[in-house]
Amino acid sequence: MKTVLIAATLLAASAAAHADGQKTFTATNPTWQAECGSCHLAYPPQLLPARSWRALMTGLDKHFGSDASVDAKTAAEIGVFLEKNAGRDRDATAKPVLRITDTGWFRHEHDEVAASVWRNPKVKSAANCAACHTGAARGDFNEHSIRIPR
Amino acid sequence: MKRNRIALGFIAAVMSVPQAWAETPADFLRTFEASARQEAPGFAGFSAARGEAFFKTTHGNDWSCASCHTQRPTQAGKHAKTDKPIEPLAPAANPARFTQQAKVAKWFKRNCNDVLNRACTAQEQGDVLAYLMSLK
Repeated sequence: MKTVLIAATLLAASAAAHADGQKTFTATNPTWQAECGSCHLAYPPQLLPARSWRALMTGLDKHFGSDASVDAKTAAEIGVFLEKNAGRDRDATAKPVLRITDTGWFRHEHDEVAASVWRNPKVKSAANCAACHTGAARGDFNEHSIRIPR
Repeated sequence: MKRNRIALGFIAAVMSVPQAWAETPADFLRTFEASARQEAPGFAGFSAARGEAFFKTTHGNDWSCASCHTQRPTQAGKHAKTDKPIEPLAPAANPARFTQQAKVAKWFKRNCNDVLNRACTAQEQGDVLAYLMSLK
């Protein structure tokens, strides 16, 4: 009986892990952290597919309304890091999705979050991961680290 | 062994004086002045008052420098859109400011594009720096 319970727990845990996907993102690069983390959280590369990162890196001077341009050498290093650690291309869109918050995965993960949470001034926008994900700066997005501000 | 300790002591002494190899805000002001003289032969110096006015007004778009760096750049600011904390901009509050040529050039390029839709002139950069250096 005990063996069955242990086996069942392990199966459930691994199923949950596969269903939810990875929640701790460990890929890191100092140039990426310094540049991409200077105005917002350096979003884990796994959250977008390679073609999205490529599109973003070619349009840095018009980065969601701001000039985020870097020199060619820095761009090359960051680009390689992002594409190497990118996530699967889950959205079958013709054009690459540029906003992490527009991906099907993100919407699914946050479909239980009330609209009022996004409007809370302490959160301000869905791009502000750290408002709720207290471990975001460490790449920790696990449920246990979430504290939704009131 | 004693020779190693002397060498280490010397290295420590040199490294404790950052100006030994880092640039300083005053260095940047001198560079801006040289450029400003080339841009406009009638160059008449930098003005902290003019820099403050420039810093705190919008220039055609929604944001001014103060939108992120605040009305009192000796305090920490935050990104106007993302709320990401920004270390104080005034050198007196943050000794790391205006010490690396590449970093200063990069941020002036980006932020002037955002605020003014163009590069800032050396006059404007110098005025802003004069203002920031005047803050205690």
